[in-house]
Amino acid sequence: MNLDTKGDAAGTPHNSAPEDGTRRSFIKQAGGILGLALAPPLISQAERLTAFSKTVEGVSTMTLKVNGTARTIQAEPRVSLLDALREYLDLTGTKKGCDHGQCGACTVLVEGRRINSCLTLAVMNQGKEITTIEGLAKGEELHPMQQAFLKHDGLQCGYCTPGQILSGVACVQEGHATTDDQVREWMSGNLCRCGAYPNIVAAVREVAGKA
Amino acid sequence: MDNEPAFFETNGPGTGGIVGQPLDRVDGFAKVTGQAKYSAEYKLPGLTYGVLRTSEIARGKIQSIDTSVAAKEPGVLAILTHLNLPKLAKTPNDPDSKKAIGAPMGFLPLTSDQVHYAGQPVALVVADTYDRAVHAASLVKVNYAVEKPVVSFLDPKAQVFDPEKVQDGKTPGHTRRGNPQEAFAASPIQLTATYEHAINHHNPMEPGATTAVWEGPDRVTVYESTQGVTRTQKALSAMLGLPTEQVRVVTKYLGGGFGCKGSTWPHTILTVQAAKAVGRPVRLSLTRPQQFTSMGHREDQHQTLKLGATREGRLTALIHEKTSTTSPWDNYAEPNSRIINLLYNCPAFESTYQLGRANVMTSTFTRAPGEAPGSFAIECSMDDLAAQLGIDPLQIRLLNYADKDPTNGKPWSSKSLKQCYARGAELFGWSKRNPKNGATRQGRYLMGMGMATASYPVHNNQGTARIRLYADGHALVQTGATDLGTGTYTVMTQVAADSLGIAPDKVRFELGDTRLPTAPNSGGSVAAGTVSSSIYMAAQDVWQKLTKLAIQDKKSPLYRAKAADVVAEKGRLVLKTDKTKGEDFMALMKRADMPDIEGSGQGKYGAGYETGRAPGPADSGHEDDKGGHSMHSFGVHFCEVRVDPEVGTVRVTRWVSVHGAGRILNAKTARSQIIGGSIFGIGNALMEETFRDPNLARYTNASLGEYHIPVNADIPDMTVEFIDEHDPYINAMGVKGIGEISMVGVAAAVANAVFHATGKRIRSLPITPDKVMNSLAV
Repeated sequence: MNLDTKGDAAGTPHNSAPEDGTRRSFIKQAGGILGLALAPPLISQAERLTAFSKTVEGVSTMTLKVNGTARTIQAEPRVSLLDALREYLDLTGTKKGCDHGQCGACTVLVEGRRINSCLTLAVMNQGKEITTIEGLAKGEELHPMQQAFLKHDGLQCGYCTPGQILSGVACVQEGHATTDDQVREWMSGNLCRCGAYPNIVAAVREVAGKA
Repeated sequence: MDNEPAFFETNGPGTGGIVGQPLDRVDGFAKVTGQAKYSAEYKLPGLTYGVLRTSEIARGKIQSIDTSVAAKEPGVLAILTHLNLPKLAKTPNDPDSKKAIGAPMGFLPLTSDQVHYAGQPVALVVADTYDRAVHAASLVKVNYAVEKPVVSFLDPKAQVFDPEKVQDGKTPGHTRRGNPQEAFAASPIQLTATYEHAINHHNPMEPGATTAVWEGPDRVTVYESTQGVTRTQKALSAMLGLPTEQVRVVTKYLGGGFGCKGSTWPHTILTVQAAKAVGRPVRLSLTRPQQFTSMGHREDQHQTLKLGATREGRLTALIHEKTSTTSPWDNYAEPNSRIINLLYNCPAFESTYQLGRANVMTSTFTRAPGEAPGSFAIECSMDDLAAQLGIDPLQIRLLNYADKDPTNGKPWSSKSLKQCYARGAELFGWSKRNPKNGATRQGRYLMGMGMATASYPVHNNQGTARIRLYADGHALVQTGATDLGTGTYTVMTQVAADSLGIAPDKVRFELGDTRLPTAPNSGGSVAAGTVSSSIYMAAQDVWQKLTKLAIQDKKSPLYRAKAADVVAEKGRLVLKTDKTKGEDFMALMKRADMPDIEGSGQGKYGAGYETGRAPGPADSGHEDDKGGHSMHSFGVHFCEVRVDPEVGTVRVTRWVSVHGAGRILNAKTARSQIIGGSIFGIGNALMEETFRDPNLARYTNASLGEYHIPVNADIPDMTVEFIDEHDPYINAMGVKGIGEISMVGVAAAVANAVFHATGKRIRSLPITPDKVMNSLAV
């Protein structure tokens, strides 16, 4: 693990770091105490699994509620939510950057909360409200976060962009966009290799200011 | 415009002042809504999935490979290994074919039982779903006769040698100017320093990806994550033995590249062969760990720089030696010496490259290849010289300012470095810098200010573009360029709009397809200047044709005018002498019953523009110095860091970059690109390092969790400005690229700021907390 150069982000109190099972805390847990399945976030994962505890094998029918529409696919239970979106529903706006929960490109909203869709199985997400980048705009009318990313040039190649935008939407909703430094910290689960970070901060802050 | 090079005047004929404006990205809507299709996102009938099985060992021989269990898995369609890979017309395994292919690496996996590097593909499994292919790939059993690998040039087993040339023959292994050894020996000030660089990986957010579709027995379409569709087409057609036009390569959106997508790597041809084998389209995306062993890297390297100077601080000699790791087949090294030779006025220079063969894949160009690590060495040493003599670091650079190119004595085509220094220093508040190192505290933190010069060549290149102008006032503009995220879609729309005198929303700009006119690889910062010039020239072709039409049309106000007296201005053809006399192209075309008119043009970039010569067979770097002027962009980075002396962390707290890079085509996207390159450089400076296991020669941190690139919280707000620079020698648009210069000097600026903060010089990248703590303990 790194020496937490990221944790001492300019002026951000340490206790404001994410601890709700998002990418960073998940990696901390997994990296630090791998195998200790009793760590709190993993218990809740297990409980969620138990809720769908019927045995599923081979190809089965599953229904995912994506962007307000129920969509049915035939897929194996090992298919991640990310692959279900991209490969089975042709919703390729959700990107695969690492498939390991390390880059945030696959960020979607499930029940309004941002998650890495590569770290959850499609079968576990049946019955939940899933929002992808394709569901954010209302027709031609862009979501304010999409507009702000365009205005502030919060993107270059665009590959991390859907994840950044959904993460930004959640960041504002969570109340984690009250200062520039807070945005920097709470948007740090979404990597951008082109280096659009200052522009992303500007975009998220603008939307937060209007919210 | 026939013989003499044309030059685009900002407020001159045909312009609407759109070039330079901070237009929002024209591809932005597609990208923020998820509609932009990247190369692994094409929904094709019968699509199948390819997954690579890669070698766990770095050196040895495949004794046996058992695919029987994997082949029985449901959905598995084919398993390619070295035993059954369909035969290719050419492979890069022999040097002549490598050259014909333009391959970055002189070895193609699955053509032999030899394993040369960890992560080398040993099998490619195709199945009807991705998960089935992944699972089946894990069931392929490979037995190796394992040999002890050579890990790097530092490995005692490595053969270290003096290559005649490096960088695929583009850079001589030894260069000498003046009498460097004598001059150094006679210098009153002598500094010798060795700089170390970790392995860096490009890690674009979109991993390498290929989707291959055979449209017939001898015709294939490849959706490829590449910085150059033409180069990929050339490589594939050579390997397949097919006529060029029977290989189509498409790249509409590219999720970053940074050099690793500038060449055609093994997974691409293997996917094409897999598609042939199964008779269905195959999509293959590299996994993130595979990305580390599939598309090259920036090599691990040591540089030793000897700097001789007078007591007043004037350079007398620079002697540079670089030793780096290369693969078993290729003599690749980034050309670090180029910038060291060029940056300052110095009468004597020598550079030597040494290579050590090891069990690694071939390294490749990584953003600012050569210039990035080379600038680290020269710019840290210049800082040392300043410190030793008690001269301000900015002053020492001005003292050694090169008014002409020291390598060949040619005048610069343009150089605004002095203005960059002055403006940058003003924006940054350089005058407030404490002249003493290690003497500025803010609470428990040590604060430091550093700066470094940036420079990047205008490489010789050329490209073509086509314009179809419609009588309804719209235009279709086409060229086979790519947009890595740099803004090509946007800036070229602006150039076309101004060249044609129409609004940007009337322009449809298409790129990324070998069916379009040929454009260069987007690499070496050549795309903006080459492609914009080719579009401008295509527009001139359209205007010439329309002028001919007008002067023969009895109903035109320009009837019987001389063609030479007619100019295009804001969508109208008018008389030079009386601009009220003329008409717009729509009226002219409608009267002639022409629904559309086409023009094409060739844009030359760099020396070829000045000389009129073709750039030659190779791209970037070939015949760069043939013009009458030396062509480079210049700039400066200023950096403030905060060092925590208790744990050794370094944070960049302020950043200012000022560049003189010719005409800036879009103020918004250009600023973003400079910011992005600086962040790339901050990663290089402070955190990026791929570790090769010292026994196994395998990467131990091949993931984005453990290979640290900057995250949002690592980066402060940044200030970027450009000096208004007019350069009539470099191309018709006066554009210098900015993709690479943005990261040149960044690591040095950070390291110099750390030096200022702590008083301790760290010459090993990345500057991680352990190195800072060690330096403070001394």
